[in-house]
Amino acid sequence: MTQMTFARAINSGLRKSLENDPKVILMGEDIGALGGVFRVTDGLQKDFGKHRVVDTPLAESGIIGTAVGLAYRGYRPVVEIQFDGFIYPAFDQIVSQVAKMHYRTQGAVKMPITIRVPFGGGIGSPEHHSESPEAYFTHTSGLRVVSVSNPQDAYTMIQQAIASDDPVLYFEPKRRYHDKGEVDESQDLGTALPLDKARVVTEGKDVTLVAYGPLVKTARDAALAAADEGISIEVIDLRSLAPVDFATLEASVRKTGRLVITHEAGQSGGVGAELAASITERCFYHLEAAPVRVTGFDVPYPYSKLEMHHLPGLDRILDGVDRALGRPNSLSGLEG
Amino acid sequence: MFTDDAGKGGAAAGGPGNSAGSNRRTGGDLVQLITPAGERVSHPEFDLWVQDVSDEQLCSLYQDMVVIRRIDTEATALQRQGELALWPPLLGQEASQIGSARALRDDDFVFPSYRDNGVAYVRGVNLADIVKAWRGNALAGWDPYTVNVATQQIIIGSQTLHATGYAMGIQNDGADSVAVAYFGDGATSEGDVSEAMVFAASFQAPVVFFCQNNHWAISEPVMLQSHIQLADRAAGFGIPSMRVDGNDVLAVMAATRIAIDRARHGGGPTFIEAVTYRMGPHTTADDPTRYRDANELEDWAAKDPIARVKSLLERKGLLTGELEAAVAAKADAVAKELRAGTINMPEPQPLDIFKNVYSTPNSWLDRQQDHYSRYLASFGDPAEAASEEGAR
Repeated sequence: MTQMTFARAINSGLRKSLENDPKVILMGEDIGALGGVFRVTDGLQKDFGKHRVVDTPLAESGIIGTAVGLAYRGYRPVVEIQFDGFIYPAFDQIVSQVAKMHYRTQGAVKMPITIRVPFGGGIGSPEHHSESPEAYFTHTSGLRVVSVSNPQDAYTMIQQAIASDDPVLYFEPKRRYHDKGEVDESQDLGTALPLDKARVVTEGKDVTLVAYGPLVKTARDAALAAADEGISIEVIDLRSLAPVDFATLEASVRKTGRLVITHEAGQSGGVGAELAASITERCFYHLEAAPVRVTGFDVPYPYSKLEMHHLPGLDRILDGVDRALGRPNSLSGLEG
Repeated sequence: MFTDDAGKGGAAAGGPGNSAGSNRRTGGDLVQLITPAGERVSHPEFDLWVQDVSDEQLCSLYQDMVVIRRIDTEATALQRQGELALWPPLLGQEASQIGSARALRDDDFVFPSYRDNGVAYVRGVNLADIVKAWRGNALAGWDPYTVNVATQQIIIGSQTLHATGYAMGIQNDGADSVAVAYFGDGATSEGDVSEAMVFAASFQAPVVFFCQNNHWAISEPVMLQSHIQLADRAAGFGIPSMRVDGNDVLAVMAATRIAIDRARHGGGPTFIEAVTYRMGPHTTADDPTRYRDANELEDWAAKDPIARVKSLLERKGLLTGELEAAVAAKADAVAKELRAGTINMPEPQPLDIFKNVYSTPNSWLDRQQDHYSRYLASFGDPAEAASEEGAR
């Protein structure tokens, strides 16, 4: 076990993948000499060379589109999109090419591309640097979408994503990059929790609280605070946003009868909407209350002086828990 | 304003775009080796690249062009008869596709658009597979690795990036094969084509950008895409370019060989503008009489790529009755095979819809497949269900 930051854990996982498979190739803007704007790829170009860790021109569609060609040639490209809000110029290549090539070619051409996206807010950034675009991609068949919440998962899941023959969008919560945690670098990928499985972070019996990425820590803090009030929250780190591990969620909701979902992205058409609908379909007779979503608002990501209003914090999550439990809450007295 | 000298039959008349010079260019003039009348004209550089083309090979190029025109005609007929949902004709572009595709080695890799079906034929794609996607029996008809041709790309210009990335992979592998991207004049307006040229130039990737300027992007004329000649765009990216008569199979072959040779030997990318003309509609769904002048079509008909090779063969005394018969027999056989392959194509099965979305199992999809198969099974015997339906 080694103490390391989230960013260092990803770096270490990338290093391991580069060592283990000569077909792994890293691509992105500023990832070489600079080591990425968040230093996630620090030192990798120095150690693996410019042909394995490629500084690309500043063109997101170009980065993804050339990765498609490299995958065609048998490579496993790992692409960095510098910030969440910069992924949109690459949207067509991701949803029309990366996602569909395997289907289009009836399995002949694999697209084992990992797209790393530092995402989410809370770091006081200017516009386009704090967005949560994950739902665009969970809606696209052929893509796997994951988000990591702690250094150990960051280390393991980046390697699993790279090893996957399917394309994976790997969302990194940038406000957690400097958080430290224990990482077992000797962990065997074969025995690690599979990439598409959710994890029960803390067990509880009153409410199931589902989070992913940056909000897993907030959700855990909320569970600790709720415990002081005698409320037992089961926190689940979703990890895989597409496909969702409904088996783990169902088991939890059957036990607690109540579901709260939290994410930074806006509410409408978001990951939470999918979870609420699917769990309602699957566990209708076990639910004691309608699922509750505690999310960002349906607004463009706001200027940083207001972002803490937009981002679900511990108190907003607890208010959502109160709604699910039918306890007095900010909406008490409102119909519907 | 963009003017096109190809339309005036000149061998080397430069448009205004040619004034944009670059010492990295191979040349911006329209290169021609066979005139529309079928006369072989010489060119100091390009001749060197086709001097090995024997009389026999010239006859074979002629046959290829006749055959792909026949594939096109047959596919258009199949569409009209309801056997294909849609077809994008290549009529008029036979020289561009045959001249370029015949310049490639088997281990080179082609990234085509939906119209490059002549290229697919040359690379050995099964005839029925060429029309499979247009019949609606698959999204794409063939396994790219069996013929080194990516599947037909429908998103405009997207494949130029794939070719460039593939070429970067070739480079990394230390191999000497080449990636070739086929696209049209309309694609040059797409950001992806510009990004592909940026990447190709930055990494000196062994890729050839083969642009068939067929003058029309559905109903939009090329002057709406560019005020300079398309070949001149490449200079801005630091990529050498050539502008050739795309209805001249030898000029196209020479240009492609030059570009391929450069890429194979570490010289990086080349942009080729093959100036040609789409004689038919964009697809069988549109009506070109709404947007283009009949006179323009007539001008281009006089520069037909097949007619000029035929005239050349005649001049050289090669156009024997025997050759004509052999070419006609080949075209007939190919058309027959295409028709039979289309009509006898096995129907996909309902649950095939769920196949190959992912490489590895996906729990969401498995559930949907399970539910849908139960739904289908709820009808019991399909034949019985069909007769009940009929009884209503």
